[in-house]
Amino acid sequence: MSTESSGSPTAEFEKVAAAAAARGTVASFEPERLTLLERLQRFMHNYPTAAPAAVLLLAIAIFYLIVGERFLSPFNLSLILQQVVIVGMLGAAQTLVILTAGIDLSIGAIMVLSSVVMGRFAIEYGVPSGFALMIGLITGAICGGINGLLITRFRLPPFIVTLGTWSIFFALTLWYSESQTIRSQDISANASLLQWTGITFDLWGARITVGSIMLILLFAVLWYALNYTAWGKHVYATGDDPQAAQLAGIQTKYVLLSVYIVAGVIAAVAAWALIGRIGSVSPQAGVNANLDSITAVVIGGTSLFGGRGAIFGTLVGALVVGVFRNGLALAGVDVLWQEFAIGVLIIVAVALDQWIRRA
Amino acid sequence: MFKKTTLALALASCFMFPLASQAEGTIVGLITKTNTNPFFVKMKEGAEAKAKELGIELRSFAGKKDGDNDSQVQAVENLIAAGAKGILITPNDSKAIVPAIEKARAAGLLVIALDTPLEPANAADITFATDNFKAGELIGQWAAKSLGDKAADAKIALLDLNASQISVDVARNQGFLKGFGVDLKDPKKMGDEDDKRIVGNDITEGSEEGGRRAIENLMQKDPSINVIYTINEPAAAGAYEGLKALGKEKEVLIVSVDGGCPGVANVKAGVIGATSMQFPLLMASKGVEAIAAFAKDGTKPTTTEGLDFFDTGVELITDKPADGINSINAEEGTKKCWG
Repeated sequence: MSTESSGSPTAEFEKVAAAAAARGTVASFEPERLTLLERLQRFMHNYPTAAPAAVLLLAIAIFYLIVGERFLSPFNLSLILQQVVIVGMLGAAQTLVILTAGIDLSIGAIMVLSSVVMGRFAIEYGVPSGFALMIGLITGAICGGINGLLITRFRLPPFIVTLGTWSIFFALTLWYSESQTIRSQDISANASLLQWTGITFDLWGARITVGSIMLILLFAVLWYALNYTAWGKHVYATGDDPQAAQLAGIQTKYVLLSVYIVAGVIAAVAAWALIGRIGSVSPQAGVNANLDSITAVVIGGTSLFGGRGAIFGTLVGALVVGVFRNGLALAGVDVLWQEFAIGVLIIVAVALDQWIRRA
Repeated sequence: MFKKTTLALALASCFMFPLASQAEGTIVGLITKTNTNPFFVKMKEGAEAKAKELGIELRSFAGKKDGDNDSQVQAVENLIAAGAKGILITPNDSKAIVPAIEKARAAGLLVIALDTPLEPANAADITFATDNFKAGELIGQWAAKSLGDKAADAKIALLDLNASQISVDVARNQGFLKGFGVDLKDPKKMGDEDDKRIVGNDITEGSEEGGRRAIENLMQKDPSINVIYTINEPAAAGAYEGLKALGKEKEVLIVSVDGGCPGVANVKAGVIGATSMQFPLLMASKGVEAIAAFAKDGTKPTTTEGLDFFDTGVELITDKPADGINSINAEEGTKKCWG
């Protein structure tokens, strides 16, 4: 980023060296006096979750002032958590992919296809619902595998591949489901396990669903995997600089393939959560889910350029969107301006990300 | 192996194959918004059955997704080139499709808009559609009658489609409110009413998930909601799931529009109190008949008395009939439902 002005005889590093010499040190990594803003920038660079967390707390405070007690009640907050379960799970899958500098536009379509597979196996073919669930998870893995293979074997850009498979999986969903919805009543009568994720229990005035707990657990597991396993380190390295990772002996192809497969499986878990939430199995569900998941990732501070970001940021990002939607709805704001606000959030998040990267 | 077949299938689904039948001579084109929504799937079935019966050739096209105008324009151009006698179209973009339609009419084709009118409506020869305002009015009247004296201090939640205020969305919503006895202010606009009984409007995208989120938020705003209007039956099913989680499903009345088979089954199960059924099959088969007649001797279809379109009818489906409102029960509705 250094700009060379033709008039100056000294290069940047010489200036720094000269300045350091004047201070009586030869070289040091001690930062010079930083302004408060620069410190903040550094801090956010080191803790990617800090920025979205600050936005979340600010949003909660603002809506508390506008809406009042009702917004901050444990019940309402747990409701927001319920509302972001699906987007949150897809966001978790999307985060893995984006950390490798890829993108998965088909993630929502994988979820819907998996849910239709689960529903049809359990209801139409009458197999035990645990088995139907397994088939659904395998479907997710296969879809993710197709994405991964096309990207690694044929060296196609992820954006293009998943744009294509988005259409493919969507078409398969419609063909397989015959555009039919399986009603909630049929599922609860014959395959209640599929709705297990929707079971609720009350805790200090909050209402927790099994899906909400699964969401938190999923993030905890991924957080551990990304930070404390070799695989996680490889994911970050592959996203940050694939050539360097390759040279360091990381099998980047297999890392990428594994990431897309894991993302597919998580999408199938999200399918289970989806059935729990809406009760029925509908091929029309989750149309905007893929873009909503990318929104959560971006607001959560994960860089679209790969290699930088934290998994919990995405959960916070999903919650920020959920808080905005719920808060604006409770404040009686027109849906049109709700959309507007989410758009502004995204732009601000990306701008913040760019600014942090300069630290 | 699996991958190969999936790819082949997927590739096949990427192209819109006109479905040619054996008949020679008259060609009729059907262009739907998408080929995914059961409503349009049913429409295509109705058109195909009728075309077969009359021995004419039907060619079907569809947009790739809601709002996809380009594919529809291409389909119109293809049909003109193929020498079709007429076109049945559910426009994705009522305004943007007009120049293409003008070309078709200039080339001597009869153009019938199905389900959604063009803007201006007279850009097509005629519109065959459900009277969506009436569909809304019926469920509004039914809800008011069912509540009886309690209608005066009802708490109403309105679950609409999206933020775009499209004609179908507005007509159903405003029809419902008029039927319920609410002052509409501007009948072309949703959400401008100031009746104290309305808790709020929210959007659902016409899906289960949207229906559930919308009712959760509106219930947070006012837990005493006891009437829910929904744009369609998937949104109604989602709203019911939300109510069930809150333990309120027994004390709230849900009304809807569509008449899809899962929706009618939900009327039977007591999930939905009443729904206004529309007839996509009829829309398409009547449309094919009209074009066949036009091809034979040039007769053009005429609008329903007092309306500016041909009304293909609505029917109220409920198992709890209200005085003075014609309806049929869910058992009967099951024989007529679509999707």
